Amino acid sequence: MVIPAGTCGQASGANDLIAAAEKEILLCGLDKNIRVRVTGCHGFCEMEPSVLIEPDNTFYPQVKPDDIPRLIKAVLDGKILEDLLLVSEEGKKYYHQNDLPFYQTQVRSILAAHEKIDPLSIANYIENDGYSAIAEVLENGAPEAILAEVKNSNLRGRGGAGFPTGKKWEMLANQSNGSGKYLICNADEGDPGAYMDRSVLEGNPHSIIEGMLLGAYATGATAGVIYVRKEYPLAIKHLELALTQAAEYGLLGDDILGKGFSFNLSLAKGAGAFVCGEETALIRSIEGKMGEPRQRPPFPITKGLYRKPTAINNVETWANIPIIIRQGAKKFTGVGTRNNSGTKIFSLVGKIKNTGLVEVPMGITLKEIIYGIGGGPSAKAKIKAVQTGGPSGGCIPTARFDLAIDYDSLVDAGSIMGSGGMIVMDEHTCMVDVAKYFMAFLKDESCGKCFTCRKGTQRMYELLEDISQGKGTLKHLELLKELAEVVKDTTMCGLGQTASNPVLSTLRYFRDEYLAHIEKQQCPAGVCKALITYSINENCTGCGMCVSVCSEEAISGLRKQRYKIDSDKCIKCGTCKGVCKFEAIEVS
Amino acid sequence: MIKDITQSEATEDGITDKQIDALIAKHQTDRNGVIDILEAIQASYGYLPPHALRIVAKKMNRSLVDIYGVATFYQAFSLRPKGKHRIVVCLGTACHVRGAPAIVEEFERQLGIKAGETTPDMKYTLETVNCLGACALGPIVVVDERYYSKVIPTQVRDIINNSHSGDRDTADSHQQQKTIGEAVPS
Repeated sequence: MVIPAGTCGQASGANDLIAAAEKEILLCGLDKNIRVRVTGCHGFCEMEPSVLIEPDNTFYPQVKPDDIPRLIKAVLDGKILEDLLLVSEEGKKYYHQNDLPFYQTQVRSILAAHEKIDPLSIANYIENDGYSAIAEVLENGAPEAILAEVKNSNLRGRGGAGFPTGKKWEMLANQSNGSGKYLICNADEGDPGAYMDRSVLEGNPHSIIEGMLLGAYATGATAGVIYVRKEYPLAIKHLELALTQAAEYGLLGDDILGKGFSFNLSLAKGAGAFVCGEETALIRSIEGKMGEPRQRPPFPITKGLYRKPTAINNVETWANIPIIIRQGAKKFTGVGTRNNSGTKIFSLVGKIKNTGLVEVPMGITLKEIIYGIGGGPSAKAKIKAVQTGGPSGGCIPTARFDLAIDYDSLVDAGSIMGSGGMIVMDEHTCMVDVAKYFMAFLKDESCGKCFTCRKGTQRMYELLEDISQGKGTLKHLELLKELAEVVKDTTMCGLGQTASNPVLSTLRYFRDEYLAHIEKQQCPAGVCKALITYSINENCTGCGMCVSVCSEEAISGLRKQRYKIDSDKCIKCGTCKGVCKFEAIEVS
Repeated sequence: MIKDITQSEATEDGITDKQIDALIAKHQTDRNGVIDILEAIQASYGYLPPHALRIVAKKMNRSLVDIYGVATFYQAFSLRPKGKHRIVVCLGTACHVRGAPAIVEEFERQLGIKAGETTPDMKYTLETVNCLGACALGPIVVVDERYYSKVIPTQVRDIINNSHSGDRDTADSHQQQKTIGEAVPS
């Protein structure tokens, strides 16, 4: 009995399921017949808390603690509880996890391991081929061979920029090893809407350690640091335990597995600064300084942490390394496209039916992900766009959903791969508001070192604020575009250079929405507060629900008759719309 | 000036030099550890008392302005005391498009404070965060480490009341932030 309990699982109540299952097993003395394995996230977050029954992989979505006793009984009797299965809109029951449309087109080379592994147990990782790659490599003793394998795999950095990992490692291997070299795992997953790194750290922390061990052996690095953001307490907990266990098993420290190879790995915690995902800022943060980026060159590969040669890779990149070494570069390149090999994990969130983490081969189209795996829109409203790449990325409209996703095609479309966040937006999402949201984020997170980033993001935010309040003019759009180009061209680090993407991409694809705000003083999506009014239509039954929740006493009328909203008192909080069961509250 | 203050036994907060020294000793590494030290101080007192910053600067051989720079650069640190209950509303993109701004506004109305502020009775601090990485369940609210998923504005009052009832719940309370003046674990 497998119960996923990552942060999202726990937030949906997985802990109650685990407690119920353990209690039932203990009470009935069933510990020889059934075992509970608590794992990290399997990806299908929408259906959590879920239960998976091995060996048949029967999938039970959104299980309640009260169902656990009869579920356990059914498992022991070899039966399936039909009433708890997931049912499609057409009434089709899904028995096995692999039958679910959500999983069918995925290629889960990283995420599938999360089902098999208890992240708190190193023994469990080893049973599942864990640390076999590093053990074999140390036995054969050929660092060049690993380097060649990673180069041949064409693996590109999963953090977003897509720099070839093998090339980066080769550069580090070529640095003289006078006073030490470093490896860093960048787990400062700051992009809002992306959480695949958290999932891997929570669900399979040893795979990161093994990846870094392989990297160290290939490049001659002597020490490593995993930099995790503080907002991921469970990931930190699992990593700390994994590091201790690995050291106890002789897999970290001096003379690893008795082969004379040494590598020390430690953990550094971020303290809530988005810019620290930028490599030079991250290095400064580990050094205990303010996380301000610095001019490159010199690149970290020559002068990095404590001024020593340093290679920095993202969590997902490291997680791919043991897989490449175990299965060989040839098999790895068999998935994906020519210049973009392997799989990529995306977090499919926002206005989508099947939210969760999806791992797909590079080159798959947006359409396949959003309508196939994702199952289309979550509500009645049509999907309008998808935002990729976090605050550095852009919005791609439905008209371009045939786009095959890889590092290069997304840049052509005005966005970036980024760490893999995919936020789906529908007709009730205002693109001006989205651009304003990202600009508010970036102006707060700009470290302030470059003038054009510090002031540019602030001014762009003010222009967008004006437009969202109906105070914008066509001149605002011209200025916005000009400013966006200037900020892009004149800032030092990645944050500033890509800060304009949310503005430029929405201007490129959704200019009509900007114009509606400016010329007609309208917000077509009904989001921008200054431009909308709430009213009650003839669907109103006079139930009084809205009256009871309105904090401003703006709704009045007689019971069982149509109520009215006083627009002078209304603060447009939307609470009434949320509680109305009759779709009687309109936004116009 | 710095010397005078650090030599005092205890400040008006009831924090002694010894307590801060213990935290520094525990988290200092051969190379550094300033951020870990500040984090430990913040976890113990709920904020970074000015007095503690002076001790850290002195012990770590760094200037006070340098330590102050680090303390103000990162969002996790606060120079002002925080309330007993910490309410965090996620404002990640996924939460944003699903209505998180309305949740923040509702908390602001109910508590009578703005995001980032603490109620005058020191009971609640309302914070926003850029992303908690539980995007599938947005909008997310975390109160004293307890996660609430798919929150709607009408649940806000219950969430506040719930945190209050947790006061007597011993299972929860050990996770809650220690209030100022409590002993620091050595």
